[in-house]
Amino acid sequence: MYNSRNIIIGLVIFIGIFTLPFVFGIGKKNDAPKLSLDTPKINELEAKECIEDTDFMRSNHMKLLSEWKVSVVRDGNRIYVSEKDGKEYEMSLENTCLDCHSNKEEFCDACHTYAQVEPNCWSCHVGPEEVK
Amino acid sequence: MDINRRKFLKVSGVFTLGLGLLPLGNALASNKKVKYAPNPKALKAKNWAMVVDMNKLESELDECISACHKTHNVPDIGNKKEEVKWIWTDSFESLFHDIEHGHLTGKIRHKNFLALCNHCENPACVRVCPTKATFKSNDGIVMMDFHRCIGCRYCMAACPYGARSFNFKDPRPYLKEINPKYPTRTKGVVEKCNFCSERLAEGLLPACVEASKNGGLVFGDLDDPNSEVRKILDSQYTIQRSYSFGTKPKVFYIV
Amino acid sequence: MLEKALIKENNKKFWNWILFLLVLSAVGFGSYLWQLNQGLTVTGMSRDVSWGLYIGQFTFFVGVAASAVMLVLPYYLHNVKEFGRITVIGEFLAVASVLMCMMFIIVDMGMPMRVVNMFLYPTPNSPMFWDAMVLTGYLLLNIFIGWNVLEAESKGVHPPKWVKVLIYISIPWAVSIHTVTAFLYAGLPGRHYWLTALIAPKFLASAFATGPALLILICFILKKFANFDAGKKAIQKLALIVTYSMSITIFMVVVEFFTAFFSQVPAHMHALQYLFAGVHGHNGFVPFMWVFVILSVLALVLLIPRKTRENDKTLIIACAAVFFSMMIEKGLSFVIGGLAVTPFGRITEYTPRLPEILIIIGIWAIGTLIASLFYKVVVSVKRETDVTSKNFKSQETLEHS
Repeated sequence: MYNSRNIIIGLVIFIGIFTLPFVFGIGKKNDAPKLSLDTPKINELEAKECIEDTDFMRSNHMKLLSEWKVSVVRDGNRIYVSEKDGKEYEMSLENTCLDCHSNKEEFCDACHTYAQVEPNCWSCHVGPEEVK
Repeated sequence: MDINRRKFLKVSGVFTLGLGLLPLGNALASNKKVKYAPNPKALKAKNWAMVVDMNKLESELDECISACHKTHNVPDIGNKKEEVKWIWTDSFESLFHDIEHGHLTGKIRHKNFLALCNHCENPACVRVCPTKATFKSNDGIVMMDFHRCIGCRYCMAACPYGARSFNFKDPRPYLKEINPKYPTRTKGVVEKCNFCSERLAEGLLPACVEASKNGGLVFGDLDDPNSEVRKILDSQYTIQRSYSFGTKPKVFYIV
Repeated sequence: MLEKALIKENNKKFWNWILFLLVLSAVGFGSYLWQLNQGLTVTGMSRDVSWGLYIGQFTFFVGVAASAVMLVLPYYLHNVKEFGRITVIGEFLAVASVLMCMMFIIVDMGMPMRVVNMFLYPTPNSPMFWDAMVLTGYLLLNIFIGWNVLEAESKGVHPPKWVKVLIYISIPWAVSIHTVTAFLYAGLPGRHYWLTALIAPKFLASAFATGPALLILICFILKKFANFDAGKKAIQKLALIVTYSMSITIFMVVVEFFTAFFSQVPAHMHALQYLFAGVHGHNGFVPFMWVFVILSVLALVLLIPRKTRENDKTLIIACAAVFFSMMIEKGLSFVIGGLAVTPFGRITEYTPRLPEILIIIGIWAIGTLIASLFYKVVVSVKRETDVTSKNFKSQETLEHS
């Protein structure tokens, strides 16, 4: 192999840099965020249920919202019929979701920050903390 | 190793193709039926249109504008160049540039008229949009999908009515108050009047129409011969902005 | 073959040139980051003049890209042998220009991260969708063709047959890219300056003047700095193409004046009045337009007489005049003239601002950088083949004697 020395040194440096975040993380604990459901609106509810099952919402809320935005803006549908119990909801991030989950920071942001996802919803849709 | 470059490329090509097809498979697999429906309270029409009666409206122009701009979080940028507006006033000689013949009375020529998106039946902006971010909905409203707009501003070049504004910068700092019921926009997208489609969906008339208490703005279905809009058009002399461009505007004016 | 771009040689000038271009690109890139952060407010564009220098430059460089066909067509369809040495240069000029065009489009977008929406939601009624399609296609065509032809040459064999097929496809394709670009403008109600069927033919004619003029200049530069001679005959053929195309272009510019001012339709006259004379004190473009007039007259005066066309020095001046006059007409005043005169008869002026200009310089630098590296490959391949054929010939003569 030509230049084997340089190549091996280069590889070692590369692997070193590449694994740096793991090395720094050794022995550290990073607990999953606890999502708070403590809002006035939710506390009033008899059964603390979302529009669909919690499991479904946890894994699919982004897909659902993405479908909503198309359905509302492009097809003119404003009502979502829940699969769970046939109840009807207005498809609106601000007026439906955030109506109950008015604690955006403890609910949405807590998990998004933990998972390092930066949904760009909030550059237009207004979170409760931004209402002047 | 008896794998040569050609073979490797072939195999990796097949794999990438497979990856590309993955979303298709996912789409086929999830045949979960999601139910969406329009709001039953919604106001319905085939072809929304508006009549602007300047005689009745003159004293209420500001109310109409601020009602709209407050409802839709339209920012006050404070300079002409980057101004954002959904509904505004301008002189007759600008808005009706092609029929201003030079011998109109000064009263008409300099009178401020209300202007907004014409929601054309044959909209040039929709024709040019490369992503269908602006499109005609089936009730005749020229809609903007802010989620999809790439900010190419082709629609602004195509619109002969100056109805479109671009967010040259983040609009939020320029909002005195935010209406949490309606989203703001982000920098880099185009926006314009949407005939209050979000209010129509709840059974409400457009904000400007509601604010014109003397009945200066009339809103209705152009395809329905019994609608109020049609009654006015059938009985009075009305004009339009630059009709000759073939865009078929749907905002009519009583001078 | 790509490694030839990195051959060290003893060519300090070349690497200094590359370094210089890298610095300019970095400055441009920095300004672009600033624009991304602040929004398009850092440019001189406005609600009325919603397209500015970016789109103007884009239009201009689509023309430069399309002009490669002025080498390819004579060489492959009419067997004009003189162009054999330089068609590859034209093809790589096209590659660099198309890449520049794409960058101009990206920097003009308000939401560049959403650019794929054009492909996710294909919209066949929009000329801009077609423009994205044909430009991407043209880029791929020219990369494949240029590369394969050059590689074949470096190995001393003929290029494979399928390349020939691509070459024939690339000829109408080149025409299509500039036609579609013209259609971006030529079908908009209320933009009277653009609303003429003459846009597409005028674009093509001016492209076939500008591109070959630039190629002649490049050939002279390569001769001076890279010891690569395109050959007097090839340059003269190109000069002839420039002469005819430039004459036709100016003819088309002039006939617009007749239509506007003989018909006396205000909307038709308005933009020309604004650009060449100024209206109501709005006269920001008047000096530029007169520079355009002077340069294009100078170009024609130097190109049409045989004596000055065949003289290297005057030819260089003429080509530079063609390039810069068209840069003003197409890359600057065309887009802004169409928008500054609003459909409501008002005039909104446009002055580009510093970040905008730095970004444009950056894109120019990247384009020039790509072209320079390509040309280094081309020149070293050509030099090798020249040497081998010379050796071969001298060997032959030795054997015979």
